[in-house]
Amino acid sequence: MVGSKNFGESYLLAEIAAQVLEAKGFDVKRQLGLGGTLICYEALKNGEIDLYPEYTGTLSQAVLKLPGKANREQINQSLGPDGLELLEEYGFNNTYAVVVRHTLAEQLGLKSISDLQGQNLNFAFSHEFLQRQDGWPGLARRYGLDDPVTGIEHGLAYQAIADGAIDVTDAYSTDGELQRYKLRILTDDQAYFPEYRAATLVRANASPELRSALSGLGSMLDETLVQALNAEVVLAGRSFQEVAAKFVRTNALALGLSAQTKVSGSDSMGANGWLAELWGHFLRHLQLTTSALAGAIALGLGLSVTVYRHRRVAEGVVYLCGLMQTIPSLALLALMIPLFGIGFVPAIIALFLYSLLPIVRNAITALSTTDPTLVRVSRALGLSPWEQLRYLRLPLATPAIFAGIRTAAVISIGTATLAAFIGAGGLGEPIVVGLSLNDTDMILRGAIPAAILAIAVELAFAAIERKVSPPK
Amino acid sequence: MFEDLSLQIPKGHTTAVVGASGSGKTTLLQMINALEQPDAGSIAVMGRPVPTEDLESFRRGIGYAVQGAGLFPHLTAEQNVTLVARLEGWSDERRQQRFQALLRTVGLDSDVSQRLPRQLSGGQQQRLGICRALMLQPDVLLLDEPFSAVDPITRLGLYESFEQVATTDPATVILVTHDLREAKRLADFMVILDQGEIVQVGVPTDVLANPATPYAERLIESQLS
Repeated sequence: MVGSKNFGESYLLAEIAAQVLEAKGFDVKRQLGLGGTLICYEALKNGEIDLYPEYTGTLSQAVLKLPGKANREQINQSLGPDGLELLEEYGFNNTYAVVVRHTLAEQLGLKSISDLQGQNLNFAFSHEFLQRQDGWPGLARRYGLDDPVTGIEHGLAYQAIADGAIDVTDAYSTDGELQRYKLRILTDDQAYFPEYRAATLVRANASPELRSALSGLGSMLDETLVQALNAEVVLAGRSFQEVAAKFVRTNALALGLSAQTKVSGSDSMGANGWLAELWGHFLRHLQLTTSALAGAIALGLGLSVTVYRHRRVAEGVVYLCGLMQTIPSLALLALMIPLFGIGFVPAIIALFLYSLLPIVRNAITALSTTDPTLVRVSRALGLSPWEQLRYLRLPLATPAIFAGIRTAAVISIGTATLAAFIGAGGLGEPIVVGLSLNDTDMILRGAIPAAILAIAVELAFAAIERKVSPPK
Repeated sequence: MFEDLSLQIPKGHTTAVVGASGSGKTTLLQMINALEQPDAGSIAVMGRPVPTEDLESFRRGIGYAVQGAGLFPHLTAEQNVTLVARLEGWSDERRQQRFQALLRTVGLDSDVSQRLPRQLSGGQQQRLGICRALMLQPDVLLLDEPFSAVDPITRLGLYESFEQVATTDPATVILVTHDLREAKRLADFMVILDQGEIVQVGVPTDVLANPATPYAERLIESQLS
């Protein structure tokens, strides 16, 4: 199982590794576009994936929190307790870079990061960069920058900076987009950024076969080559599979493959191909949301029916469900990994937790606010608590319960697009890939069906609701 | 609510409990079918103490009707009236027969059966409320101002229905009302309640002619003079 993070180069490097492995006879599954370092790292540690491309600086600074600039040997020593190992470096350094528009740089005479001092520019950095120890906080200290900054999704930052919506952002020095958007890398004159040398991260107990299969990748890629490969994806609009395949074919001998080896992923997908893929994403999306919703309905209603008569317990339950809702979706998904790994199951559990609140809150409120006169009459008629529920409270609460389920359904359709970050697939997958490749078409290929699905579900529920509502 | 209260309700007759709002009429009524529990003392219904367990079957032996009828809005007239009989396991046929008989008694057309409460007039709803209370042929019937939320003409019709019921389905009836004329017309006995205390008990004509306390006198004067 080959994993990758959710940005273009990570897809490309993972795909190259995957194709090399396939060419050597491995049965390879891909789990690409996982949402960030933490998710990939945990997934690898938990055996959900077997390898993914990682960077030395990321490991030493963000994961292991090593002081200074650690090299691969020092990193591998620290990785030992986690049972992981970084294989031989690919040969290029993709460090963080601070970039500005060419025109702006000319206008203000910006050459190095130091030149940013006192310029009153609009700073926006990717969320990861804002958080990392080797990211903005340290950079701001080192260079004495105290400008306010905002967070922005990395894939959107290029368009934003090209449009002038923001002036300064972070980029990777091998990004193919730097040319396309006419951006200039400001020199790191204070030597702040650590080195980000890419290599394959595996578990220390990886088989000798796997190691030897990947050994050909060592020192195969330098900065210029990687920038060119990245540019082929983002500028020439080729799929990363295609670019990876071409690279593997061209370098077959150096990679230890016979020149005739068949390399997968070289045939580009026709119209039917992407439609079929979209249909697959759509079905997966439906599967994710319906499973989560079914679970939330079953547990939510069961819970509500059990606790609605005890005000304090009911309040506690609603409060707990509300607490779940306040955890950001991506964080909740990340929390699932150590418990349930990556993929379908943790995504369903996270969606399930999100769907609970509207269902439980509506059900408990409706069940506990039944007209007191009717409740008194039903008791006087000799209805047991269960019969009161069955013949009075539940039927009268049905519209409110339905409204809760409807809200939960729409929420989970929306949130399920994030499930792609932990490899659960669905309509979020084209969105995540599209974001990382800055490919608007691909983003829309996921976003439009997701929106249509949400609207369709909304309308369907509205129709059912009219049918089941008891008249007032 | 009640400090020291002792009262015997005669079997097979209609007893009206009258008093102003807050006098404790409804509470008194609800202690009889155990909707409210007394802190001390005992209540017996048909010679047997009110049970502490299996209140459901105890309550099914006591009819109960309230102001505004309190029909379940999502059930048809027939479903409302026959619900408890269904829970008791009555056959369809037996339920139908009883339901139709009750409709005749209270003077309702059988075409109301399939209507929902909101499609019925206040008077029709109130009649159905009484049918529901009578469905299981209870020995005791508790009525909490069932005639007060309708207009005067409809109310007269309801009185006639009630009198009809009293002959076809005789039971021990306790009627809570604030309306002395109603008590005088429908009840055999009358109890005047003032702030949780019984101030007078007797045959309505006697009570009305000889009020025992200034409160009873004011109550009578305010309504009958």
